[in-house]
This record gives sequence, C-alpha cells and structure tokens, in this order.
Amino acid sequence: MDVSARPRVAMRGITKTFPGVKALDGVDFTLQPGEVHALLGENGAGKSTLIKVLTGVLQADAGTVELDGKVVRIGSPAQAQDLGINTVYQEVNLVPTLSVAENLTLERQITRFGLVDWKKTTARAEAALARLGIAVDVGRSLGSCSLAVQQLVAIARALDRETRVLVLDEPTASLDAREVERLFSVLSDIRARGISIVFITHFIDQVYAIADRITVLRNGRFAGTGPVAEVPRMRLVTMMLGKQIESDFAARPTADSIVEGATPLVAAKGLGRSRLMQPIDLSVRAGEVVGLAGLLGSGRTETAKLLFGAEKADQGRLEIDGEAVSLKSPSQAIARGFGFCPEDRKHDGLILGLSVRENLILALQCRRGWWRQLSRAEQDRLAGEMIQALGIATPDAEKPVGQLSGGNQQKVILARWLLAKPRFLILDEPTRGIDIGAHAEIVALIRRLCREGLALVVASSELEEIVAFSHRVVVLRDRRKVSEIAGEAISQKTIVEAIANS
Amino acid sequence: MIPVTPPPTETAARPPREKKSLPSFVWPLMALATILVIVGLIEPAFFSIRIVEGRLYGSLVDIVYRGTPIMLIALGMAVVIGTSGIDLSVGSVVAIASAVMAHYIHEGWDPASVIAISLAAGLACGLWNGFLVAALGIQPIIATLILMVAGRGMALMINGGRIPTFRSDFFSFVSSGSIWIIPTRLFLVVGVALILWALLRRTAFGLFVEAVGANPSAARLTGIATRTVTLGAYGIAGVCAALAGLVITGDTRSSDAVNVGMWSELDAILAVVLGGASLSGGRIYLATTLLGVLIIQSLTTSILMTGLPPEYNLVVKAVVILAVLLIQAPKLRIQVANLAAAFRGRGAK
Amino acid sequence: MRERRLPIMATFVVFVLLYGLGGLTFDHFMSTRVFGNLLTDNAFVIIAGLGMTFVILSGGIDLSVGSMIGFVGIATATLVSHGVHPLVAIMLLLVLGVVLGAAMGYVIDAFEIQPFIVTLTAMFLLRGLCFVISLDSVPIKHPFVTAFSDFQIPLPGDGWVSGPALVMIAMLIVALVIAHLTRFGANVYAVGGDAASALLLGVPVRRTIVGVYALNGAFGVMAGATYAFYTSSGYPLAASGVELDAIASVVIGGTLLTGGVGLVIGTVFGGLIQGLIQTLIIFDGSLDSWWIRIVIGGLLFVFIVLQKVIMRSVTALGSPQAA
Repeated sequence: MDVSARPRVAMRGITKTFPGVKALDGVDFTLQPGEVHALLGENGAGKSTLIKVLTGVLQADAGTVELDGKVVRIGSPAQAQDLGINTVYQEVNLVPTLSVAENLTLERQITRFGLVDWKKTTARAEAALARLGIAVDVGRSLGSCSLAVQQLVAIARALDRETRVLVLDEPTASLDAREVERLFSVLSDIRARGISIVFITHFIDQVYAIADRITVLRNGRFAGTGPVAEVPRMRLVTMMLGKQIESDFAARPTADSIVEGATPLVAAKGLGRSRLMQPIDLSVRAGEVVGLAGLLGSGRTETAKLLFGAEKADQGRLEIDGEAVSLKSPSQAIARGFGFCPEDRKHDGLILGLSVRENLILALQCRRGWWRQLSRAEQDRLAGEMIQALGIATPDAEKPVGQLSGGNQQKVILARWLLAKPRFLILDEPTRGIDIGAHAEIVALIRRLCREGLALVVASSELEEIVAFSHRVVVLRDRRKVSEIAGEAISQKTIVEAIANS
Repeated sequence: MIPVTPPPTETAARPPREKKSLPSFVWPLMALATILVIVGLIEPAFFSIRIVEGRLYGSLVDIVYRGTPIMLIALGMAVVIGTSGIDLSVGSVVAIASAVMAHYIHEGWDPASVIAISLAAGLACGLWNGFLVAALGIQPIIATLILMVAGRGMALMINGGRIPTFRSDFFSFVSSGSIWIIPTRLFLVVGVALILWALLRRTAFGLFVEAVGANPSAARLTGIATRTVTLGAYGIAGVCAALAGLVITGDTRSSDAVNVGMWSELDAILAVVLGGASLSGGRIYLATTLLGVLIIQSLTTSILMTGLPPEYNLVVKAVVILAVLLIQAPKLRIQVANLAAAFRGRGAK
Repeated sequence: MRERRLPIMATFVVFVLLYGLGGLTFDHFMSTRVFGNLLTDNAFVIIAGLGMTFVILSGGIDLSVGSMIGFVGIATATLVSHGVHPLVAIMLLLVLGVVLGAAMGYVIDAFEIQPFIVTLTAMFLLRGLCFVISLDSVPIKHPFVTAFSDFQIPLPGDGWVSGPALVMIAMLIVALVIAHLTRFGANVYAVGGDAASALLLGVPVRRTIVGVYALNGAFGVMAGATYAFYTSSGYPLAASGVELDAIASVVIGGTLLTGGVGLVIGTVFGGLIQGLIQTLIIFDGSLDSWWIRIVIGGLLFVFIVLQKVIMRSVTALGSPQAA
C-alpha cells in the first residue's frame, strides 16, 4: 500500500477533557484510503472517545481533523454522515421488528407525491445488499436473521450513502468463527473499493487476520502505530498494557493457606456456552486464589458468570466437592455457598435506592429465607461491624448506597457477601473505577479472605494485582482459556507472554 | 448507542452530599392539610364531628368512612407498585369477590366460610396475574388487562346476570356497623394495614419486594427468588381487592357486578402515587398510601361541601394528578433546575 | 413463514371460524343484513381502534378514547342545540382532539411519563368535562344528522351499508395509507420496535410520538361523531369502557402490545370478531351476555401469549445477552 499518499483522515493533537479526567491527550491518528486500521486499547484508553470525535458525537477541546487534506469541523453525527463518515455500532442499532428492507431504507424511502413507493424502495434495499454480496430475503424481520446478517445489514445501510470512512465498533463481539469469516470477506471487498475502515476490536487474532495497520492508545495517549507485519503480538500486548514488566508491587502470596490434596472445592470441566465462552477447565481449592487474566473482552466476566450460574452453561459440568451439580440460577449457587461481586456494580450489584444497611444484609437475609428476618438491632450491628471492618466511608448505615463513592460501593458489595459467609467467592474486577488507596485495601482483603479458608476466583484487568494475590492464574484470550500458570512461575511477564502467544 | 458519559472516575474526593431529605409522609400530609384548611375556611361546618345514635358523624368521619374500600385496594396496589408492577384488574376482582360472597350467602354458608371463599377467589385472581407477569414475563399493564376485561363477565356469570340482594347481619355489621362509636370498617383497614406492615417489615418480604422493584438484575444475582416475590405481591393485591369487595357489598347488600368497584383501580394507583411512591418501583409506603386515599376522598367530599357542582370532581382530580405527575417527573425537575441555574448564572453577571 | 405475521393469520382464522360457526348453526347468519349490522354496530369501536392501532404500534396505550367519544357526543349535541351545524361542530372538535392528543404525546415523550398515566388523566378530564357540559342525555335534532342515520346503500339480499359503516371504511382507508404508504407510518413502526435505534437511524422520535397521539385524537373524535350521529344523542356516560374494547380490537387484530408489529387491517377484524361473538350469543339466545366479556378475555390471553412466544423467536437472536 502506498502510505505516502495523502491520508484519508488525519487527526492531530486531539485533546478531550471530561470533568476530572483527561480522556484524550494530544492523540494523533491517520487513516489511509483503502486500509483496515485496527484501533486497540484497554478500558479507559480513549479509543471510544477518539471515535466519538471522528463521528461527531463529541467535540474535541483541541486538535484538528483533516479529511482528504481539508480541515473539517464535525459538529454532529449527521454532519459526519454528510462527510461520508459512517459508523456501525457494537450492539446492532437497527430495529429488530422491522423487515430487512425497512431497516435499510428507514427515512430514506423513495416517495412519490408524498407516498412511499415500496417497489422502488425495496429494489434499492436489495441493490444495497447485492453490492456486498449478501443474499437475504429482504422481507424477513431483521430480528429473525442471524447476528452476522444483522451486522452486515447495518454495514450495508452505512454504505448505502456515499462513504469514505467506515467505523466498525467491535463488530465481531458476538459472532462465531464462521460469521467472522463472512464479515471479513465483505470487509476485504469494501477495502478494495478504496473505503477506509476503522476496526475496533478486542480479539487479537482478528487484528492479524484482517488489519493492515494498528494504532494503540493507552490512558488517553498515543502508545504506538505501525503496519501489522511490524508489530508482533508480544509488542502489541506490551503496548496495550504499558506496564514496566517485573515491577510487582508486593510480595507473592504464600501457599500455606491452600488445603492440599483432597478434591477441589469447585471444579469446572469443559464448562461453556455457545456464542459466549469456549469450554473451560478451572478448579479452586479452599484457601486458594485463582486469578482470571486476559485483555478486555477475553472472557473474564463470561467465565465468572458461568461459574455463578448467572449465565446458564450449555456445555460441560460443574463439580462442587467432587459432586457434579447443575446450576440453573444464581440462587442455587448461593444456596451452595457461592458469592459473586459483579463487574457492573450499578446494574448487577447494588440496589441504589436502598440504604447501605439494606444492601449489606441482603445476601445474608436471602440465605436465611423470608421468615427468619434479621431483627433491626441485628441488622444495625452487622452493618456497623462491616462498615468498620472494611473501612466503608459513610456517615451512617442509612445513607442510600448510591451516594457513596465507587470504592466504598465496591466494599459494600464485598461486605454483603462476607456477611453471608460463603465458601467460594467470585470477584469480577473488584478494583474497577476506585482510587489507588482503595486498590491496596481490596488486595489486602482478598489475601486475608483466602487465609481464612475461602476459595476465590478473581477476574481483573490489572496484572499487578493478579500477580500480587493469585496462587494460580488462568489466562484467557478471545473467549477461551489459553494457559494456566501456577506458583512461582506467575509474573506479569509470563502472563503477557501467555496472552500474546498463539 | 455510544454512551456520552465520561469514563468512570473515582469520586471519593468529592465530599458526599449532606442533604437531609424530608420524611416520606410530609408532602402528602401537607397536601391533605391544605385541602382541609381551604375547605374549612369556606365551610366551617366541615370540621364538626358529632355523635348520632351512638356513632361518630361529620364530614371528616365521612371522608375516612367512604375511603375505606379504596384504602384496602390501595394497600395491595402499593405492594405491586413496589415491584415496579401495576394491577389494572383490582376493580374486576372486587366484582368477583362481591359475586362470590353473594352467591355463598344465598347458599346458606356461615360468614367465616363466605369470607374464606371470597378471599380465596381474590387470591386466585392475584396469583393468576402474578403468574402472567412472573412466569410468562408479560408486561404488568398488559397481563392484568386480561382479567380487567374478563373479570366482570365472570362476576356476572356467578350472579347469573342479575343483581342478587341478601340480608346478612354479620356483613352489615362489618361494613356499616360500628364498635363503640367507631365504624367497624375502620378497624378492618387498620387491621389489614398492620398485618401487611408486619408481613413486609417483620419478615424479609418487604426488603425483597423493594429489591426486585429497584433492580431486578441485582436482586437475582443476590439470590432473591424474584418470581416468587412477584407472585406474592400480586397475590396480596388480589386478597386486598377481595376484602374491599366484601366491605362494599356488605354495605349495599347486593352484588352489582357491572358497577361495583368501577374505576377503583385508577383511584388506588393514584393514591399510591400521591403517597410518594414511584411507578418505577423500589419503595413501598403503606402509611402515605392511606394518606393518598384521604386526599382523593377529601377532594371529592370537599367539592360537595363547598357547593361546587359534583360534576367538577373528575376535572379537579385530573388536574391534581397531572400536577403531581409533572412534579414527580425527573425530566421536568432537571429542566427546571437547568433553567434556574441559567437564570442564576445570568443574575450573577 | 414470517413469524411476525403469525398473529394476524390467527386473527383471520378466528374470524373465519366464528363466521363459519354462525353460518352452520343459524339460518340467515350469513345474510348481508347480519353483516351490514355487524359493520354498523361496531363502526365506532373500530374507528377508535384504528387510532389505537397507531398508538400501540408506537409502543404506547390510550385510555382516554372512551371518554373522548362521550365528550364528543355531548359537546356536539350541545353545540347543535345552540344552532351550530353538526359538521362545523365536528370540525371544531377535531381541532380540539388533535391539540389534546399532541399535548399528551408531548408530555409522554418530553417528560418521560408513562402513556398509561398521561392518558388516564385525559380520561378523567374528558369524562369530567362531559358532566360539566350536561348531566343528562341531550338529543341531536338536525336534518343532517337525521339524513346520516337514515342513510343506506342497499346490498344484494336484504342488507345495507349504513352511514357509520361508510365512515368506518373511509377512516380505514386513511389509516391504511398513513400506516403503510408514508414515511410517518414507517417511523411509527420503527419507534415502537426500538425507539433508541430509531433515533440513531435518523427517525424524528419526538415528532412521531406527538403525531401518533394527535392522529389518535382525530380518530377518537371521528369515533365519537359516528356514535353521536348514529344514536342521534349525546350522553355524558356514553362509551364508558370503550377504550378497553378498542384495545382488545387491536390486540385480537394481531398487533403486538409492546409495539412495532401489527397491521391496521387486523384491528378491523379484531373489532368484527368481538361483534361476531356478540352476534353469536344473541342468535343463540340461551347463552348469557357475560360470556361476551369472558370469551374476549380468553381471546386476549391467547393472543398475548402467542405474541410473547413470537417475540421470543424474533428477538432471541437479536440481543447477544439474551439468556
């Protein structure tokens, strides 16, 4: 490819500040005509902010955007579309109850005397699909089509207008291998027509399968760019994580607490769910912490939810104390002494309208059942104990939990499960969105819990933490387990290698 | 859709807002007091209470007395709304319970058995609604619409298409009699309110209902049997509606399946909303719900007392609901707050 | 087989079965006279149902249409008794209905208050206004109204098409054109299917919602006028509960209560099915009238469950998180 040609898009020095955080700090990004450019980065790296600036959803505080050599101001998504910048979002943003043709032509129907000419309109829809080589009955309701077809229809709609840049925001997140292949063959055709494609994904393998160039962002800054051939996997992962390898902030945990021999407390054997997670083997003993490591979208949360029964497994089995059980719902898991601190605290964890006290005692009350209500005095005592034990910063236990800070909310969820006295605790991103001081406290807490004989599975994107508390680390990539590292072999370096290597 | 919110940040540094919120009963109580004071100024006789034939009489007593059936229904409705649901069928359940009651009084059953079978009918109706919502996952408005449409037909069928009348000293006593100088039905409402309060606050049921209403996903992941909780809430609403049916029918001594409890679902929902509960669920307020009923009933009575033609009743009610809804709407609050901020901003310059 | 067309197929099957059942059981049931009466008697419910179809397609609901019919009746009667020509009265009320509908649509969309509650307020308001205008039945005496209620187009056999039936057919054509041949119609389906996506696809959601309720207001007024002219009177309690009949017509007509899926023509059959049930029970003579409500309730249940099953199959693939 002729990289020296005038770039299709040149973003220079893009800066965007939100209250309290600099989301983008002088980022450069160039896009050549007819290339697939992968944009990568971990959570909070700034890639979605950058894309929003390009597609007019957000306005940059500083920096310029050039399109085919001309400086442009993109004030709204509509303006971006008029400039030929079209976007397809991760969750297919089409209407499932409408037909394929209706979705393709909404607000663009061909009208005569104010009335829609459906014959011509449908023909236009069919032509748009035919250009991408998609054969689908346009009269079908979109929702009954496979996700891959929906994704392709969304692309067809985007390309139905004159397009210079096509932005694909995680288009493959819920597609299976065959569907990805089909999508990629369409992308290759589009590339051949000279359209530039920005491709955001978490799947490393896919980057190497389709992308021409890679740009990596980290913490709102430009971290590196280059042709795919010149960026090996190991360098890519290091660029994304950006950690100075081998700078563990604390000593490794000792293995004393682990109950040796005997059967594991919990063991997953080939546990999986189609479209969600490839079958995985994983076992935890009492007093042991198993870390789940991997990049964003590698399947950490999915694994945690499968173990807890929040997502029903359709393959493999789960054994508790060596006995096979099938968990159909979280309440069955909880009855067997499981606990789960979800990644999305506000949606899956806290009940924001209720007080700190009510949130704290909820899991314990569930284990006790409806009739054996904890007396108010007992509730106050337990809540007080937990607020003190975990250092939850709240003026009193009656404050609505929604008014606490992120770190304190996380502690409330942890405390909720500690009160229920589980044997097995699953923590998904326990340090997400909380400050550094709270980080260290939570890491210390995890170590203390495992010394007290709990079995823990902890999913985290922070490799430092994983190394600091894990006895074993299960490494995930692209929704499957790629490696398991135990004991002294655990280091950031070995984990990064496991993530990078095929 | 790309969320336009900035990435998550640690908010510990920000000092927690120290704003004491008023207790939940203040607003409805103030609304009620306002109405009463205005009416009292126009018509001082409003507040007079006398004892006639050994029981209390007067407009204030009348408000409470007439409000009791809706109070019973609204208590059940408050629980359903707590789950972020709604029950449109309570009016029809009132009719069904009324018909069942009349039927079995004619069959010569003793009062206890009649009560038991009428309440059982109400429970069955409630559980049916709960089944549609919890097990089949049908939207509450739609699910309860079915019984709303069919229920009065069933009641008519039980009545054989007639309006059966009956004599029952026991039910007359329960509905329109009095103990000492206080109407019996007040004891009934207080009793039901206390039982419900105990069920909600002396067992974990209330907490579970509120958890399910506020965040069903988190409630499930915490181990709450969300379906059972929902089923229970609708069951309670059914029983409460049936009780209201007993009170109304005991008073009229006849079961008019077409008209009994007409519009009561709307009054009950309105009472719960006036009581400060959000239709999106998450909190149950029993006491303020009762206040809500009193507000509605005193509006009705006041319109009569102040000489306004009774036909204005519905219009006034509509205006009051609209006002309350707009005040409650978070969207409007935000817009008003923005406007105020903009105004202050300009004033500062 | 297009799954989303399954409910409407069920509607046709139910209609044909009921009609066939009547024809096999009773003489004269299949006469044009019975059919003409079926159209006439159910015309105002069906007209109200047509407006309701748009509301439900957009994902909303309207509880005020019964009160609207009563209000239009009493208001027309009072205006006519003051010497206003009935058509002028209807024109005035049409403007009022459209404005009130648009206001409801605006409140629903702008303040995000549930349509159920907003239209409930309108229901109280309109019914209250009925009583404010008059507590008694007011006759409508005007040559135009007499001509309307006497108007007949003879059909082969002993039947005829009446004025109300003609109005209904005219309104049906209007509804069909708006729903299926305009961008507005397509946008109604899109908003009801997924409002957030529709917005990203460029659909003016606010304008569509306001338009839907305004249109529904116009249909409500037309239903009220049809009813008032047909009965030649206005009565403040008229058409109580007709909102339920209208909603039932829409649902039995195969429109999804959650919005986005359904056909205007289905509502006509949904209304006729209710009328058929009534006619059958009257023909039978031994069955009591309450069976009408119970059977309609049962049909509602069947259709709602059918919709649920279909929506699962339509959206199961649509959302990656579907459990």
